Amino acid sequence: MNFEQIVFYLLAAVSAASAVLMILQRNPVNSALFLILNFFCLGGLYLTLHAQFIAMVQVLVYAGAIMVLFVFVIMLLNLGDGRKLKETLGWKAYAAIALTAGLLLELLYIFVPATETISSQSPNAVEMGTVEYIGKVLFTKFLFPFEVTSLLLLAAIVGAVILAKKKVTE
Amino acid sequence: MIPLNFYLILSAFMFCVGVLGVLVRRNAIVVFMCIELMLNSVNLSLIAFSSYLGDPTGQMLVFFVMTVAAAEAAVGLAIIIALFRNKQTVNIDEINILKW
Repeated sequence: MNFEQIVFYLLAAVSAASAVLMILQRNPVNSALFLILNFFCLGGLYLTLHAQFIAMVQVLVYAGAIMVLFVFVIMLLNLGDGRKLKETLGWKAYAAIALTAGLLLELLYIFVPATETISSQSPNAVEMGTVEYIGKVLFTKFLFPFEVTSLLLLAAIVGAVILAKKKVTE
Repeated sequence: MIPLNFYLILSAFMFCVGVLGVLVRRNAIVVFMCIELMLNSVNLSLIAFSSYLGDPTGQMLVFFVMTVAAAEAAVGLAIIIALFRNKQTVNIDEINILKW
């Protein structure tokens, strides 16, 4: 087993375990911390795929900005202890587990037996993950979606402020 | 070298964990975090395809998915705060005024 495989299996195991642990925690703060761990591992997996820029953005935007927002809201709502929230595990939960297991089996049925899969990365994968290459593609081929993104973010800012502000009563 | 379908299997597993979390958990914030997990697992398969097929479109798509996720997180958490202000709970079983 070479170094690359060790790194992959380690990151894959930690990300899968942290995903499972995330949904098992009663305390939402612990869930958020496990999700941050999962995002860091995904950033590492992106590095094994030679996507350096996306890996950095993953750590900065997801593990940084988005999860700070989550933790901030959890603290703001003061839901620290999970006691107030009763989580019932009735027959619906078992139905949900059965359905999810079915979905997982279907996906594995597609992915596992694919023996003639591509076994090595494309030779231009290393060059493709750099900021230079991404920037070049982003500002030529994907210029219009990039500009639309700014509109989306503006709408999100306005929407978030309007939704979260206190109602002014006259 | 690691074959492509190892990444896809990991991605499928994480996606299913996210689906299970959305179906089983009752805390709106945890449900929201599970949606982020599902978005991330799809990002992983997009990056894997991009890197193995040598096509930058997958990485571009991940870039836009991240933008949408950031916007979604901001708006969704604002909705949760507004709900909590009105009903003093984030239990999605108790937020059922649209159901009859």
